[in-house]
Amino acid sequence: LPAAVLLKDTKLMDVKLGQLGSWLSMRDFTPGGILGAIRRGHERFYNKYINVRKGGLGGLSMVLAGYVILSYMWSYSHIKHDRRRKYH
Amino acid sequence: MLSRLVLRAAPAALRALPPPVAVGVLHTTRPLHTTQQSLAPVPPLPEKGGEVRHGLIPEEFFQFLYPKTGVTGPYMLGTGLLLYLLSKEIYVVNHETAAAACILTVIVYAIKKFGPDVAAFADKLNEEKMASALAMKNDTIRTLQTAIEEEKKEQWRAEGRSYLFDAKRNNIAMLLEANYRERLLTVYNEVKKRLDYQVALQNLKRQKEQDHMIQWVEKNVVQSITPQQQKESIAKCILDLKALSKSAHATV
Repeated sequence: LPAAVLLKDTKLMDVKLGQLGSWLSMRDFTPGGILGAIRRGHERFYNKYINVRKGGLGGLSMVLAGYVILSYMWSYSHIKHDRRRKYH
Repeated sequence: MLSRLVLRAAPAALRALPPPVAVGVLHTTRPLHTTQQSLAPVPPLPEKGGEVRHGLIPEEFFQFLYPKTGVTGPYMLGTGLLLYLLSKEIYVVNHETAAAACILTVIVYAIKKFGPDVAAFADKLNEEKMASALAMKNDTIRTLQTAIEEEKKEQWRAEGRSYLFDAKRNNIAMLLEANYRERLLTVYNEVKKRLDYQVALQNLKRQKEQDHMIQWVEKNVVQSITPQQQKESIAKCILDLKALSKSAHATV
């Protein structure tokens, strides 16, 4: 009989859709917690794509693509005015 | 050398000590290094990074959608998303789009053309770094091994110290013996000298007594010859001489 895992400790991919709200509310949103989450994410990405013997193009290009998309989202409010249609 | 042995025995002896009592008083007495986790040896780096398709999208995304939508699923999703963004003008087509298209074309062409060469160059740099580090490690290992062999040889040499001490002891015994005999000879000589002196002294004394006695006797005898006796002896001598001369004349 497998021991029931607490909702707090499940990974995101194992959380059912209905439990998503409660799972999100249980996460650690203190500054220390946010910093820890950023550090964990960075370590996962770094150790998977950059800290290898023969690194490929994907590691760097994903970072650049993310930067492009983020900067587009931040400057959308003034790109809006270049739209060709008035009503969508 | 003995100090080295002592130093080697010290950590083993320290480990053999019983763990300190009074656990509740200080927190410095908990046992250390009991878990399996340790930082050495560091596991080697993985050979290749995570798979990325078209340089942008990780392979896990495609594998995630494969059971439900098959191979074309993610591409359909991408096309639909693109059309949605374009038609709703969430992505606006303006001068920046043209610039992006040109730049992306150039970048993709450059990567396709020079990518393998740059990768080979970077690999060569890495190889050189690894080779130098490995060489350093091998050199250190070799030095330590020679040091170990030297130490073993020194230990073997130390075993022969009993012979060394025997030889030294023999030397010293010989020196002592020689010295003893020298002194014995000196003593003998000195004693002999003294005894010779005594013997010579006695001889001298006896000789002197003899001489003195002879002289005294002669003196007395000469003194006792009175003039009367002297005349008589001289007359007798003359008579004897005449007789002798007569007999000598007769024979000739």
